[in-house]
Amino acid sequence: MQLLGGGDVRLASIVWLSVQVSAAAVLIASLIGLPAGALLSIGRFPGRRGLIVAVNACMGLPPVVVGLTVYLLLSRAGPLGEWGLLFTPAAMTIAQSVLVTPIIIALTRQAVDDAWQEYAEQLRSLRVSTPQAALTVLWDLRFSLLTALMAGFGRATAEVGAVMIVGGNIDGVTRVMTTAIALETSKGDLPLALALGAVLIALVLLLNVSAYAINEFARKRYG
Amino acid sequence: MAEPLLALESLCWSAGGRTVIDRVTTALAAGPRTVILGPNGAGKSVLMRLAHGLLAPTAGAVRWAAGTPPPQAMVFQRPVMLRRTALANIEYALAAAGVPVRERQARALEAMTRVGMGSAAARMARILSVGEQQRLALARAWALRPAVLFLDEPTASLDPGAARWVETVIDAIHAGGTKIVMSTHNLAQARRLADEVLFIARGRLVEHTPAERFFRAPSTAEAQAFIQGESV
Amino acid sequence: MNIHRVRCAAIVLAGLWMSPLCAADRFITLASTTSTEQSGLFRHLLPVFEKKTGIQVRVVALGTGQALDMARRGDADVVFVHDQPAEEKFVAEGFGLARREVMYNDFVLVGPKADPAKTTGRAIVAALKKVKDAQSPFASRADKSGTHAAEVRYWSMAGIDIGKDKGAWYRETGSGMGATLNTASAMNAYVLTDRGTWLSFKNRGDLVVLVEGDEKLFNQYGVMLVNPAKHPHLKKDLGQAFIDWILSPEGQSAITSYKIGGEQLFFPNAKR
Repeated sequence: MQLLGGGDVRLASIVWLSVQVSAAAVLIASLIGLPAGALLSIGRFPGRRGLIVAVNACMGLPPVVVGLTVYLLLSRAGPLGEWGLLFTPAAMTIAQSVLVTPIIIALTRQAVDDAWQEYAEQLRSLRVSTPQAALTVLWDLRFSLLTALMAGFGRATAEVGAVMIVGGNIDGVTRVMTTAIALETSKGDLPLALALGAVLIALVLLLNVSAYAINEFARKRYG
Repeated sequence: MAEPLLALESLCWSAGGRTVIDRVTTALAAGPRTVILGPNGAGKSVLMRLAHGLLAPTAGAVRWAAGTPPPQAMVFQRPVMLRRTALANIEYALAAAGVPVRERQARALEAMTRVGMGSAAARMARILSVGEQQRLALARAWALRPAVLFLDEPTASLDPGAARWVETVIDAIHAGGTKIVMSTHNLAQARRLADEVLFIARGRLVEHTPAERFFRAPSTAEAQAFIQGESV
Repeated sequence: MNIHRVRCAAIVLAGLWMSPLCAADRFITLASTTSTEQSGLFRHLLPVFEKKTGIQVRVVALGTGQALDMARRGDADVVFVHDQPAEEKFVAEGFGLARREVMYNDFVLVGPKADPAKTTGRAIVAALKKVKDAQSPFASRADKSGTHAAEVRYWSMAGIDIGKDKGAWYRETGSGMGATLNTASAMNAYVLTDRGTWLSFKNRGDLVVLVEGDEKLFNQYGVMLVNPAKHPHLKKDLGQAFIDWILSPEGQSAITSYKIGGEQLFFPNAKR
C-alpha cells in the first residue's frame, strides 16, 4: 500500500482512465450487442446458425490481433488515418469495443433464448410486433443482462495487448492499469507492478460484487 | 344457428411428420360459451392456437365473419407477466393495442377492480401467487375489450379456490358480450361453464353439440367413453 | 415514450463522456526507444519543456526500428532514437529532415556475477567471442532496436555471423530492454544493455556489470523531425520547437541533471 500511496495522483488518473476507456467500450458494445443478440435469438434467417458459431468464436479473439488490426486502420498510412485517433483513449475504446461486443451478443442471445420460450406466445397473442417484443424481453431481462455487461467490462479492463498497441502507453495520456503493470514489470519494479495488479483485481471484484447484489435485490423485488 | 362468428374449414396442422389436427370443420356463433373438451394430447391447445392465429394451418383455413380477425385475447395455462407492476402489465397490453396514453391507466385499474384485485395495482406482478397472476391475466384480457376470449386450460395450475374465482370472472366477461372459447379436460368445470361442446379426440372433431345434450346423451361412443372416465 | 427518452439521454451522455477522450491540445507525438522511457529520462525532461512552451509531448516508446517504421507511416512528429546508420538511411529515404546529435551514453555487458565465460574487462568484442565459445546463455533483444543493432555490429566485429552461428545458448526475446533484462535475470544470462536502463532497473537478480569503458560501446542518440512533405498533417512547428529546445543549453543541461543514485545516465553532446 505504501508503494501505491507514493504515486497517488498518477495512480488515481491511471485507474480513472482505465474505467473510462473500458466503460465507454462496454457502452458501445451494448448499443450494438443487445439488439444484435436479441435479433440473433429471435430471428429466423439463412445463415443464422453459422452466425451464432462465428459470434461464439469471436469471444476468443486475441486482443493483440485486434490491437494490430485497429492500429493498421487508424494509422496515418491506413484508411481511417484522417481521423487522427491513433494513440488516443478513443482508439483504445474502439479496440476494446471490438473485443467486448461478441461477448455481449452471445450472452444476450443466450438469455433471450431462455426467456423467449416463456414470453413469445403471450406477446404474440397481444399482437406485439417482433422488434417491440425483442425490446420488451430485453428490458425484462435487464438484471441478467447487467451481469453480461460486467463480464464484458472485466474482459476490457483485463486486456493489455490491444490497448498497448493502439494506445502506445503514453504517460499521462493513454496509460491504463494493464499497460502500467507491463511497464513497471519491464523496469523490473515487480513489487509496484504487483501492487497495481492488486488494485485492478480489487476494482473488478468490487464491480462483480455490486452486480451480484443488484441481481439479488432485483430477484426479491421483481420476481 | 345464429350468424357464425368464426368458421374452421378443413383445418389441418402437422409437425414432425405427425398429424396433430385432422380436417376440423365447424362454425362458432358469437353467443354461446364454447368449451373444447377432450383427452390429453387430443389437440385442444393446438386447435385454439390455430383459431387465435398463433399457429398457421398446414392446410385449410380459419375464416372470420367480419373478414379481418376482430380484437381477441388469450389466457394460457400458466400466466406470463412482465417484470413490472400488475397495473403496468395491463397498461403494456393496452399500449400494444393502440389505446391512447391518457386512457390506459383508468382502463387498467377498472379491469383490475372488476377481477377483485384493485388494491394490488402497485404490486410486482411476478411475485403474486399463481392464482392472482391468472386473475391478472384475465384482467389484462378483459381490459382489451376483446370480441373473443380464448382460454387454454386456465385453471389447470390453480387450487380449487382460485379456480372458482377464475370461473366467476369468465362468467362476468361473457356477460359483457365477449365470446368465450375455452379448453379443459376437467368434466365438472365443463358442465358448469359450457353452453356448447366441441369434443376433440386424436386431432379430429368428433362432436359439436349443445352442452345439455352432450352431457346427457352424447352421439358418439368416444364421447360416451370420455364422460364415463374411460380412456379414449 | 419512456424508452426513447432513455436512449436519447444515453447518446448525449456518451458524447460528453467521449469528448475528453478525443480532445486535441497542443501536442506532438514523439517516437522513441524503450531505453529513454524506461530509464525515466522523459519523465524528468518533458515537464520542463511543457511548462516552458505549453506543448505536451506524447512519447510512444518502442524499439528504434519500430519507432522509425512508425514515423514512416506518419504516426509520429519527431523521432528520438540511437542507431546512426538506420537514422541516416531514414533521412536519405526522405522520411526525416536533418539528423541532429543530442546526447550519448554507453552500453555495458551485464552478466552473472560468477562470470562463467570470463568476460570481465574492457573489450566488448573479445568478451562476446568468449560468451559464444563458452556457449553461455545470452539474451538478445532481437527487435530491430538501436541496442540490438549495436549488438549485431559487435558480433560481426568478432567475426561471427550471429544470424547463422547462433545456438541454443542465444535467446532472442524480441522485446524491449526492460523485458529482456527480466528474462536475462531469470535465466542468469549475459545481456547487452544501455547504462541508463540498467541504472534504473530494479530486478537485477544475480547480474552485475562485467564489461564497460570500451570506446566501441559509445551509444549516440539522435533526433529528427519527420518530413511533413510525406505526411502533411504532421506538426512541423511544434516538433521543431521540441528539437530546438532539446538542443539548446537549457535542454542539454536538463539532460545532465538527470541522475539516479548520484550517477548521471545521459551525456549531452549537441553540436552548435
